[in-house]
Amino acid sequence: MAADGSKGSIRVPDAPFRPGEEASFDSWPWKPGDFSMPDPKTCEFKDTTELANGLVRVLDDDGLASGEWDPGLSSEELRNGLEHMVRLRIFDDRMMKMQRTGLLSFYMRSLGEEAVAIAQTMALQDQDWIFPTYRQPGAQFVRGRDMVSMICHCIGNEEDNIKGRQMPVHYSYREGRFISVSSPVGTQFSQAVGVALASSYKGLDEVTITWIGDGASAEGDYHYALNFASVFNAPVILNVVNNQWAISTHANFATGIGDFASRGLPYGLPSIRVDGNDFLALYSVTKWARERAASGAGATHIEVLTYRTGAHSSSDDPSRYRPGDEHTKWPGGDPVVRLKEHLINIGEWSEESHSGLEEKIDSEVVEAYKEAVKFGDLANGPYPSADTIFTEVYEEVPWHLQEQHDEMMGG
Amino acid sequence: MNMIQSLNSALDIMLDRDPDVIIFGEDVGYFGGVFRTTDGLQSKHGDHRVFDTPLSEGGIAATAFGMGLNGLRPIVEIQFADYIFPAYDQIVNEMAKIRHRSGGEFWSPVTLRTPAGGGIRGGHHHSQSPESQFTHTPGLKVVYCSTPYNAKGLLISSVESNDPVIFFEPKRCYRGPFYGDPHKVPTWADHPEAEVPEGEYRIPLGQARMALEGSECTVISWGAMVHVCEQAIKDSGFSCDLIDLQTLVPWDKETVVGSIEKTGRCVIVHEAPKTSGFGAEMSASIQERCFYHLESPIVRVTGWDTPFPHTTEWDYMPGPTRIAAAIAQTQED
Repeated sequence: MAADGSKGSIRVPDAPFRPGEEASFDSWPWKPGDFSMPDPKTCEFKDTTELANGLVRVLDDDGLASGEWDPGLSSEELRNGLEHMVRLRIFDDRMMKMQRTGLLSFYMRSLGEEAVAIAQTMALQDQDWIFPTYRQPGAQFVRGRDMVSMICHCIGNEEDNIKGRQMPVHYSYREGRFISVSSPVGTQFSQAVGVALASSYKGLDEVTITWIGDGASAEGDYHYALNFASVFNAPVILNVVNNQWAISTHANFATGIGDFASRGLPYGLPSIRVDGNDFLALYSVTKWARERAASGAGATHIEVLTYRTGAHSSSDDPSRYRPGDEHTKWPGGDPVVRLKEHLINIGEWSEESHSGLEEKIDSEVVEAYKEAVKFGDLANGPYPSADTIFTEVYEEVPWHLQEQHDEMMGG
Repeated sequence: MNMIQSLNSALDIMLDRDPDVIIFGEDVGYFGGVFRTTDGLQSKHGDHRVFDTPLSEGGIAATAFGMGLNGLRPIVEIQFADYIFPAYDQIVNEMAKIRHRSGGEFWSPVTLRTPAGGGIRGGHHHSQSPESQFTHTPGLKVVYCSTPYNAKGLLISSVESNDPVIFFEPKRCYRGPFYGDPHKVPTWADHPEAEVPEGEYRIPLGQARMALEGSECTVISWGAMVHVCEQAIKDSGFSCDLIDLQTLVPWDKETVVGSIEKTGRCVIVHEAPKTSGFGAEMSASIQERCFYHLESPIVRVTGWDTPFPHTTEWDYMPGPTRIAAAIAQTQED
C-alpha cells in the first residue's frame, strides 16, 4: 500500500478496440505530396523528422498518384507488382484451405500486407540480400522462386529443400538471396546488419533489407540492429512492419509512445513512416533507402504502417481479441485493391483483366499444388528420409551423431 | 610463449592467411583486449579487420552471425564467459541451427573466444565456466584449451572450422599454469607446453591430449583444472592417465574409452557446478561404454552447486587435496 493507504496500480495499456466494440480510426491527415524527397546521399537523420512523424503516401483515396515520392513506374512494372500481390493472396488462400483440411500442419498468411515484401523487393537489385520474417514470403515470387518448391516446403515432403526441418512458411531460398526464416522473431534484424557489413568489408554493391514486426521491435535485437547500423554505417534497410497486432498483443504494448518510425532518430538514422498499403510509396521509399545505402551514406529506418487483416497464424482466432471487421475501418484500405484501382484509373487495367488474372493464378496454384503432392503429402509422405535428422547439424557428421543415427536405423 | 602470446600468434596467422577473417569485440581493437590477447593486431592488420564494438554481446554475436552468412569468417571475443548470456539466443537458436534449418543453404563459421574459469578473484561474474550450457546445444563445437601449445593449435582449427565454435580460454592460465596453490604463481617459462612454434600448426578438434600416462586411474579434465589434476596425481602417489579433453563436443571417445579399459577407474574434474555439468555427460557415457571394465564407481570432483564466490574461491574450486582424495577413493575396492 502507498503512504496514503491507497492500493498501488500498474498502468497497463489496452488495444483501442476489443470484440463487441465498434472500431473507428481517425482519417489520416497526410496526403500525397505533403513531403518532399531529400537527397538520399546527403540526408541526415535531422532532415527526416517530418518524414518520421508524418506518413509518405503516393496514392490518394481515389487511386491517383502524385507528389515527389511518385516513383514513376511504367504500367508494365505496376501490372507486374499487382500480379505478384494477387499471386501471393491466392497462394495464401489455397494454403490456408490446405491447413484447414489437414493437408498442412500450420500456415501464416500475408493478407493485407502483400505490398510490403513485394514492392520493397522490386525496388532492390538482384544482388541485394533479403532477411525476412515469416510475413515476407512474397519476396520469393519477385526473385523467381518456383511455387511447387514453396508448397513442397510447406508440406515438408521429400522435395522440401530444408528437409522437413522447419514449420511451414519458414522458407530458405539461397538462389534468391532470401535468408532462412527463423521463428524467434527479431533475431534477423541484428543479423542483417552483419550481412550488410560483410558487403561493406568486401566492397560490393550489395544492400541488405530486413523486417521486424511492431511486437518484436521490443526485443533487444531491434536495439542491437539500430545501434550497430548507426555506429558502423551499415548498408542496410531496417523496416518495422507496424501491422498493429502481435498475435493478440496490440502495438500499444510494444512502445509507450505509439510510434515506431521516430525511434530511429535518436540512433542517428534517417527515419521514414510509409503507408504500407500503398505499393508506390513503399517502392519509392525503399528505392530511396537503397540508393542511400549503396552510396555509402548508411542505413535507413522505416516504419511500414499497415494492418494485419488475417490472423497471426492458423493457430489463433482474431475475433477473440479484436473486432471482426476492424480491418475494414483501416484508413489505408487494401493494398491489392488500391493498386488495381490505380491501374484502372490510368487506363492500364480493367475489372475483366483482373478477373482473368485471378483465374489464371488460381489454376496456376492448383496445378502447383497437384505437382507438389506428387512428392508427398502431410498425412502419408513420403517425407525426407529419417537420416536427414543427423545431416547438416555440422558440416560433417561427428561420431556421436553417427552412433545415434545407427541406433535410430537399428544398426 | 605464454597463452596470451600463443593465442595472439594464432590470430595473427589467421589474419595473414585469410582475408575473410575479421576480429571484433569489446576493447579488442585499439587497446588490444583487457587480457591483451589481440594486442598489436589492429595496428598491424588495420582497423577494418580488428575493431572495437559497442558493449553488446547480443549485438556482437548477431553481427558476427550475419557476417558469417555473407562469406566472412569472424572471430569475436566475449570479454568474460559470464557475459555471454545476452548472446545466448543468437548462439543457441541461430548460429548453431542455421546450417540444419536451412537444409545446408546457409552456414556461419563464427569462432567465439571467451575467457572462462576462476582463480583471479573475480567473484561470480568473472569466474564462471559455462561450457555445459553450450555442450547441450546441437550444432556447436565446444573447445577448452589449457596450455600455450594447445591454445594456438586448437584456435587455428576452430577458425578454420565451417561450424560455429565456442572457444573457452582458462584465464587463470593465460600467464602461467595453475597447480591449485593460490600463493604460487608460476609462469609458463620452462614449461614444455609453452614451447610454441612461431608458424602455423593445428590440433584437430575432437582430439584429446594425454597429459600424463599411468595405469591405476584415469583422470579426465579440461581447462585450468588439467594442471591442478597433474599436481593432485603427483600428491596422490598413484599412477594415472591424465586426459586433457581439449574438445568437449565432439569429445575423443577412443582416447577416453581406451584409457578406462586400461585403468578401470576414473575421476572427472571440472570447475563448473556439479549438477548437469559436462562431467555428468562424461560419467554417463563412460558407464554406458565401459561398465564391465570399471573396478570402482566413477568419482566427480567439481565446483559446488552454488554461485562462484569471491574471497573464498579456493574453497569452491577443486584443489589437489580433493582430487587426490578422489583418486585414492577409486582405489579402495
